[in-house]
Amino acid sequence: MSVATPAPHPTGVWSWITTVDHKRIGIMYFVTSIFFLFVGGLEALIIRAQLWKPEQALISAETYSQLFTMHGTTMVFMVVMPMAVAFFNYIVPLQIGARDVAFPRLNALSYWLYLLGSLYMNVSWLWGMAPNAGWTGYANLTSTQFSPGQNVNFWVIGLSILGISSILGGVNFITTIVNLRAPGMKLMHMPLFTWMTLVTSFILVTAMPVIAVALVLLAFDRFFAATFFVPTAGGDPVFWQHLFWIFGHPEVYVLILPSFGVISDVIPAFSRKPLFGYPVVVYAGVLIGFIGWGVWSHHMFASGLGPIADSFFLASTMIIAIPTGVKIFNWLATMWGGSLRLTTAMLFAVGMIAVFTVGGLSGIMHASAPVDLQQHDTYFVVAHLHYVIVGGAMMGLFSGFYYWFPKVTGRMADEGLGKIHFWLAMIGFNLTFFPMHMSGMYGMPRRTWTYAAALNVDIYNQLSTVGGVIFGVSALVWVWVMLKGVRSGAPASPNPWEAPTLEWSIPSPPAHYNCPALPRVRHRDPLWREEDRAAIEAVTLSVPEVEPEMPNSSFWPIVVAAGTSATWMLVMTGRWWAPLIGLAFTAFGVFAWAFEDPFRKKS
Amino acid sequence: MTLRTALPAFTLLLALLLVACGGEYPQSSIDPKSDFAHSIHTLYVAIFWITLVILVLVWGVMAYILAKFRDRPGSPRPRQIHGHLGMEVLWTILPALIVIGIAVPSVQTVFRTQRTPAVSALTVDVIGHQFWWEFRYPGGRVVTANDLHLPVGRPIALRLQSADVIHSFWVPMLGGKRDLVPERARPEGARPDHANWLYFTIQEAGVYRGQCAEFCGSSHSLMGVRVVAESGAEFAAWLADMQRSEGSAADSVVADSALVAVAGAPGGAAAARIELGRRTFHAASCVACHAIQGTTAAGRVGPNLTLFGRRQTVAGWLENTPDNLVKWITLPGSVKPGAKMPGVAEAGGNFPPTNLSEEQVRAVAEYLWSLGKP
Repeated sequence: MSVATPAPHPTGVWSWITTVDHKRIGIMYFVTSIFFLFVGGLEALIIRAQLWKPEQALISAETYSQLFTMHGTTMVFMVVMPMAVAFFNYIVPLQIGARDVAFPRLNALSYWLYLLGSLYMNVSWLWGMAPNAGWTGYANLTSTQFSPGQNVNFWVIGLSILGISSILGGVNFITTIVNLRAPGMKLMHMPLFTWMTLVTSFILVTAMPVIAVALVLLAFDRFFAATFFVPTAGGDPVFWQHLFWIFGHPEVYVLILPSFGVISDVIPAFSRKPLFGYPVVVYAGVLIGFIGWGVWSHHMFASGLGPIADSFFLASTMIIAIPTGVKIFNWLATMWGGSLRLTTAMLFAVGMIAVFTVGGLSGIMHASAPVDLQQHDTYFVVAHLHYVIVGGAMMGLFSGFYYWFPKVTGRMADEGLGKIHFWLAMIGFNLTFFPMHMSGMYGMPRRTWTYAAALNVDIYNQLSTVGGVIFGVSALVWVWVMLKGVRSGAPASPNPWEAPTLEWSIPSPPAHYNCPALPRVRHRDPLWREEDRAAIEAVTLSVPEVEPEMPNSSFWPIVVAAGTSATWMLVMTGRWWAPLIGLAFTAFGVFAWAFEDPFRKKS
Repeated sequence: MTLRTALPAFTLLLALLLVACGGEYPQSSIDPKSDFAHSIHTLYVAIFWITLVILVLVWGVMAYILAKFRDRPGSPRPRQIHGHLGMEVLWTILPALIVIGIAVPSVQTVFRTQRTPAVSALTVDVIGHQFWWEFRYPGGRVVTANDLHLPVGRPIALRLQSADVIHSFWVPMLGGKRDLVPERARPEGARPDHANWLYFTIQEAGVYRGQCAEFCGSSHSLMGVRVVAESGAEFAAWLADMQRSEGSAADSVVADSALVAVAGAPGGAAAARIELGRRTFHAASCVACHAIQGTTAAGRVGPNLTLFGRRQTVAGWLENTPDNLVKWITLPGSVKPGAKMPGVAEAGGNFPPTNLSEEQVRAVAEYLWSLGKP
């Protein structure tokens, strides 16, 4: 059987700008998120430099506030989420045997909104007016009385634009996964990564509207003199905390579930064993998605909700530890008795389990409300959340990167360099964040510009700073791995890892249209079953006589993205009619979009 | 490095956590000195050991798997096991039992530590300001700032309120933190919001450090608080001193000639400077915001400065020394960005610079430092 050569596909800047191809959009998401990873990382390193010594004033307190606010906002909304979305985009259609996502132009719109929202928020640095009220933006510090500058305005508007992007992405992936699976692929045949994408997408379309509501209320407070969160006018600042965390806790699972999905695919592939307890792992993920809605006030144990609410949220938070533990045990059971190949992808997956467990267990500590009263808002929590988001989410995404790199680029990444990346990342990560448990326990609150020498926590801060530099170096090694792999990696076969799922049945990199014809799927691990594999590859590796009809490229998504962003940005003028200009522009774009023929004209 | 050496390295890192308990940590959350802090600490230690055992087990199993089940050239395809119901049930039930074991005492502690204390409790109003603490004692006559004097052995009830944004009162050795939420304006006759409270009984005399734990603006990190825990008798004496008149010299106009006379007496140079400081303080804009019990200074916007000489800190951040006080009066906005107090040459909040001379600043510092000194 001959391996198909990908059909010629237009190149050049314009073809990328107008692309609606899920693979290209995935790559754009990925590259953009790496750019912001370095922005957020640089912010973190400046923070670490400021905390190197007690009572130091390397940067001003105001700059520091802007740095930690933007670090958090950037890493959550511009790095981890979109990097996961990059994987959704590229991998999910391949895993389910689809030609593209359900709404290719909507997909492009999501990307452009993400880019514009992120750039808009970061452009505030040029005026030294970056958001400065923390990534949680607690009211009433965000009111015009206490934050009179433009800083918080950039945050409200940038985040609103990013939120629209996420909701649209969620809609797209739910539709794609529910409707576009290859013939025969039941829900319980789907690879775990696709499953977790589905759960994550449901969380996105339900949780993002909550923050959208909160941001609209705050925008009205700030631009149009409303008083939703202004106590002197009868508003309720604690209401903001509820809204934020009703979104914010499901958001935590938006960050972590894609990573769970990645390693649930990676571990079986490199253990040569199917995932242990597949249905249980799926249900555990779904359950986490559901229970994630009922735990938000564990972020508010110190807010004074009273013993009954404290007890309820304490208990619900404890419950969510159970499905999370079940996942970890199933991963270990998958590896048990397997034939492990410790490739870089597998190392990151194993490393993820090792460090995520630390974050999960410290989470159990502050799930206990009384204990949380000591740990809340200290560096102990900073340690915990980084063990979960960096150790859990990022390590999983690194694993996914090494796993799918050959599929995306058609070349193998350098395993030696990859392992250097892994060890540097692991050492740097643990050295940065483990000592924070101690600085927190010895009384250092988070979001502090400096700390008293008497606290005696300088050694822990210095360890963290050294670790941060090592972690930064590891990110540079990662970029080197990428560049080297793309330029001179050995050519990759369709299935270099002998993995079981559908994306490995097509050439690397895939053709523009993914599959010449749709394969029939009968099992969860089709490529590990000889008869299935032969039947599928006969379809997926063939060269079609007529290239399948694919959606046309379109520049209307970028117009609508610009219009939507402009609508929000014009809110900043404080004139009620100004956003209408942006809205008119958006309406024009939507209209043109609706009447555009999405498919190529037949000649 | 291999995975097999890495896991011990992680364990070593964890050991740091246990070993590092020595040394002086004046703001430690694991060095309880009140009943509230003890309740939390007992719970914390129990959960710590439970989670540590789980961690060691998970890592141990992982290390074993990584050592044992490696792919070797020519290894056969492993047995394709898809799952095991019994195992799934086991590792669902076991964690469930563990979290129930943690949740039950946690809920008990939640209710116990939030129970309203006996009537004999001393109630102090804690009011958070950007970026300092105000403390009002029962009766309304004793008001102080940044240093909270409390008696040992008597139940304490702190009523937490905020004058501006949300703050969080946290003195780790005395227990957990609790937010200070600004009260909502309400229509005539409407029921007031319920305030947040902290209840504890201090078990040992000492000075305990704390600071604001909820980000409240640029100088959030400098919003320190010290609790001075003393015996009932000492506390009563302090309360009496706080209410005692400081002398009315500030009210009377002291003639320049009198100043000269004072300066001539033994040790008089210092006394003269204090006198100059007193006059400067009461003549300058200081009194618009600051109060000193027993004088005409009765400003309520800024911290009450009664018995300032006995305070632990200047502005809750610098140690209370004459030099630091001079630094603060000269450059408050540089010491504490966002402070509303004007400096010698810098405006603060709505106030213009004080334009005090270097000599005047030093004199004011010495005057304040003399307050409450024998």
